[in-house]
Amino acid sequence: MTPVIRAANLTFSYDDGTRALDGVSFELYPGECVALLGANGSGKTTFALHLNGLLTGEGEIEVCGMELSKENLPPIRRKIGMVFQDSDEQLFMPTVLEDVMFGPLNMGLTPDQAGARARTALERVGMAGLEAKAPYHLSAGQKRRVAVAGVLAMNPEILVLDEPTTYLDPPAERDLAVLLRELPQAKILISHDMPFVRALASRAVFFERGRIVAEGCVNEIVERFGWDLQL
Amino acid sequence: MHHVIVERWSRRRSWMHARDARVKLAALVALIAASATTPPSHWTAALFYGALALAGVLAARLPVHSLLSRAALVLPFSATFAAVNWLAGDPARASALLWKSYLSAFSVLLFVSCTPLADALRALEWCRVPSLLILIAQFLYRYLFVISEQAQHMRLAAQCRAGGNHDWTFRGAAAALSVLFVRSYSRADGIRQAMNARGFAGRFPALAAPRFTWIDGVFGAAAIAACAGVRVMA
Repeated sequence: MTPVIRAANLTFSYDDGTRALDGVSFELYPGECVALLGANGSGKTTFALHLNGLLTGEGEIEVCGMELSKENLPPIRRKIGMVFQDSDEQLFMPTVLEDVMFGPLNMGLTPDQAGARARTALERVGMAGLEAKAPYHLSAGQKRRVAVAGVLAMNPEILVLDEPTTYLDPPAERDLAVLLRELPQAKILISHDMPFVRALASRAVFFERGRIVAEGCVNEIVERFGWDLQL
Repeated sequence: MHHVIVERWSRRRSWMHARDARVKLAALVALIAASATTPPSHWTAALFYGALALAGVLAARLPVHSLLSRAALVLPFSATFAAVNWLAGDPARASALLWKSYLSAFSVLLFVSCTPLADALRALEWCRVPSLLILIAQFLYRYLFVISEQAQHMRLAAQCRAGGNHDWTFRGAAAALSVLFVRSYSRADGIRQAMNARGFAGRFPALAAPRFTWIDGVFGAAAIAACAGVRVMA
């Protein structure tokens, strides 16, 4: 099977000299959900930001058979939907509906088509009826759901979710897990929420100081690194 | 927050809100140009211009008092120059400077209060204003929200730890301001990444195509004719 994402020997350092990625190689296959685990600052988010060219380091990245290059950025960004760690950064339009429409409109859809997609996506995340609200008036959990809707409305082939359960209450977390499980897209899940990871991911990779140091089934990795809350 | 209120006003529904942004922009330019070229000390003309702007506010069903007080923000700046003219022995020019600047600010405020930003910028684009300027205006406006949100968070955090004792020395305020800008910069960078991730290619997409109706035509023609009429008679 051909991977939808293939990263080879990815290396990246921030301006202050911090080596955030050190020879990372990774593959994601169609339909699978892979969890990226590891301590804060281990390179998970930096790695995710490389997948659609938001950060550029050394090494090779291929998304759906396209090599990551400046020319391929627009189609690649249509293929990868990214839910950011901080929802406040993802919601920048004046109303919820306009924010969710932003991606589809950039894809070239007409306002009517984009509006229909946005409404469907909002319904899927349980945010129907709040279309006219300003994002800064939403609760943190609602912002999270709108951020997810903004990505779903683009109907990407790959979903990258960076801490998607932050600020969600348990029922909303459960709803999101059910929704994500129903989606056929390949997913990369960055999370410290182990029950959520266990419910969704079939494979886990473990990051340590910018390197992938282990890879395997979720339970095996969690047990090996003691990555669960055990008092 | 002024910009949040204006943003909310711009999304109301009224006869004025429903007009094509390009026509409203043309009427605004006509009003400002007419008042700017009106000779000083023509108070009757000033009253007519004011009445035109006020009619716009009523048609937009906006709170007159709030708009009047917000437009007064321009007065401290123009008053400085008016004072210079007054001291130089030209009180007519000084008073004209005050009413013209106030009327211009009031008219611009009316325009942005009854036109969503995206439509207003689309109208500017239609008028061949350089796209780079429009993009900068869009980002400036968007980042106003970012900065004000950061400022609110910092204020809350400071209040929580101050126990009611605010020591707003110059040094403290300067330090807070520098932190605010650094944090806003970082937040703005995150927003840039999020926008790029969703396919942003340097231009905010239009939510709806502008629709020019015969009512827009009549409104535009009437507004421009009224401004020109007052100017000619002054």
